[in-house]
Amino acid sequence: MTEIQDAPLDDQTLRELREIAARYPQARSGLLPMLHLVQSVEGRVTSRGIEACADILGISAAEVSGVATFYTMYKRRPVGDYHVGVCTNTLCAVMGGDAIFERLKDHLDVGNDETTEDGKITLEHVECNAACDYAPVVMVNWEFMDNQTPASATRLVDDLREGKEVRSTRGPRICSWRDAERVLAGFPDDRADEGPAAGPASLVGLGIARERGWTAPSSERRGVGPGSPADTAIGAAKTADSSHAEAETRIAESDAKTVGEDAGGSSSGSTTDKQED
Amino acid sequence: MPDTLTPVLSDNWDAEKPWTLESYERGGGYAALRTALGMEPGAIIDLVKDSGLRGRGGAGFPTGMKWGFIPQDNPNPKYLVVNADESEPGTCKDIPLMMASPHTLVEGVIIASYAIRAKHAFIYVRGEVLHVVRRLQRAVQEAYLAGHLGKDINGSGYDLELTVHAGAGAYICGEETALLDSLEGRRGQPRLRPPFPAVAGLYASPTVINNVESIASVPSIVANGAEWFGSMGTEKSKGMTLYSLSGHVTRPGQYEAPLGITLRQLLDLAGGVREGHELKFWTPGGSSTPILTDEHLDVPLDYEGVGAAGSMLGTKALQIFDETTCVVRAVLRWTEFYKHESCGKCTPCREGTWWLVQTLARLEKGQGSEADLETLLDQCDNILGRSFCALGDGATSPITSSIQYFRDEYVAHFEHGGCPFDPAASTLFATAGAKA
Repeated sequence: MTEIQDAPLDDQTLRELREIAARYPQARSGLLPMLHLVQSVEGRVTSRGIEACADILGISAAEVSGVATFYTMYKRRPVGDYHVGVCTNTLCAVMGGDAIFERLKDHLDVGNDETTEDGKITLEHVECNAACDYAPVVMVNWEFMDNQTPASATRLVDDLREGKEVRSTRGPRICSWRDAERVLAGFPDDRADEGPAAGPASLVGLGIARERGWTAPSSERRGVGPGSPADTAIGAAKTADSSHAEAETRIAESDAKTVGEDAGGSSSGSTTDKQED
Repeated sequence: MPDTLTPVLSDNWDAEKPWTLESYERGGGYAALRTALGMEPGAIIDLVKDSGLRGRGGAGFPTGMKWGFIPQDNPNPKYLVVNADESEPGTCKDIPLMMASPHTLVEGVIIASYAIRAKHAFIYVRGEVLHVVRRLQRAVQEAYLAGHLGKDINGSGYDLELTVHAGAGAYICGEETALLDSLEGRRGQPRLRPPFPAVAGLYASPTVINNVESIASVPSIVANGAEWFGSMGTEKSKGMTLYSLSGHVTRPGQYEAPLGITLRQLLDLAGGVREGHELKFWTPGGSSTPILTDEHLDVPLDYEGVGAAGSMLGTKALQIFDETTCVVRAVLRWTEFYKHESCGKCTPCREGTWWLVQTLARLEKGQGSEADLETLLDQCDNILGRSFCALGDGATSPITSSIQYFRDEYVAHFEHGGCPFDPAASTLFATAGAKA
């Protein structure tokens, strides 16, 4: 890394940093995304990046440093092209995360929060990343790589090092760490439409409901709306046929009952729905 | 009774590109917004109060009541902040929701902001979920272009700006006042209350902070009514909610059901504990909720039922561990997490979690004695209830509950001179029939 610390950041970066600060009613709220942008340009949080943020926000460099050192996503040492995070919080650890992390440390010959000599991979163990139903989980540049094993994780880092195209198991093509940081700074790339809506575990309950014809109770107000059975094709057909009459009946019923009993009163609606399937 | 599973929030996740505005509107999306904009803001607050919706981020506070606390005579701007910093260990419901159907959240944000009369709203999403950030950014952009955000929304005269804000890695920012400090560009450290955020929140202005799932539930309530919502769930815990099963279960994943379903019912749907094994312990709502055991399979998973069983419903993150799992190892790892994530502001939490790790680590290696268990419990007693926020309290939950149910297993570590379990047996890739 040959960095001329005295030289300021380039004009475009400074302009974009100001642009971030302007998104908020009070400019300092922009500091977290601004530091993400610094990382996307510099590959880490540099002194001149801190100075630039401080200058734009009218606060001291010490205040910016205090923030930068608090959050784990900000790095003071250069990060590789790919940040590989292995979840070793309890559930993932038990399900195999510990074994995956040990294997990768050995395979890449690095310790925690270290980068391979070729500058390609930074390995780190991470805390729970909100994908526990896909344990054990590995993150690459903060994209999900679900249900990993030591063998699959080894292949994954080999592919990344060889420059092969890698896709998240329920997301897009993996971009570089710097490009990822730019998105987090609030400058979107064009990958939002890549990848599926959900992985298999996210859909498992919905699949069972579809199989068994289970739905939320039909709406008493209108047939259309989020959460009403009309959201699905089957639901729409059912609603069109009968929900009106049903709704009227049930409103009449519910008027005559206490709130507690009414919960039972609405069961007739869903039973009728099922019989029509 | 309603059906066993009642997909509402997850109902469009299997649609074609459900994250797009086109798909969402095809399914009836943004109709609730039009309804809401035709109502008085106060009437929406009343509707949400009547529905019985309670916060889905863990605390279970009534959402409508929270909105009602906003002092409308306060001259400062009002703000809505969505807590999308999902990071309580085991919790994995908001991330799939925002990935599959970000517009459900965006529509809820607009309705909620209108109800509390906010002109600027924020979605504070953890930074470590890049594709979710992308989908949120795109959804917000689409909503602006469609006239659902910005000036004079849908010709109603109501203006709202919505900013997607990515965090930078800190569990503590899921705590609402730490989140506010973080959103103000500071270290994420909790504030002393009072004043509560409803009075002095973001920029010392009246602020509502709600969990993603709470806000995402609002469009369905506006569309279908409070009575419809209350037709699901139990008397004091109304509505549908996302239960997240993970760990040693045949089909882990998201199960959207009326509040009050039991783990026995959920396990039945999920194909049971993984083949050849049996349930040992589980968390009802993330690692900060005291663990439960196979004695508690029939506890109704609502706020009251889980509370009566000595734990908390929390985020409904059901982490399932079978008999191959060492409870001491599990608890030590959670404790290391709390130590790492303690923000350092309050001494009992900062120092206490450090000492908990020292004591537990020694014990896990079989080097301690039974007296250390009393030391641990004493340390917990000195942490619980003695800090600004609940992080330290959460750190004590797995320790005290595991000693309550599995004291013998702690003792076995001393007798064995180390951990009697084989960690390989608990992995996803363990050979079938592996024994502890």
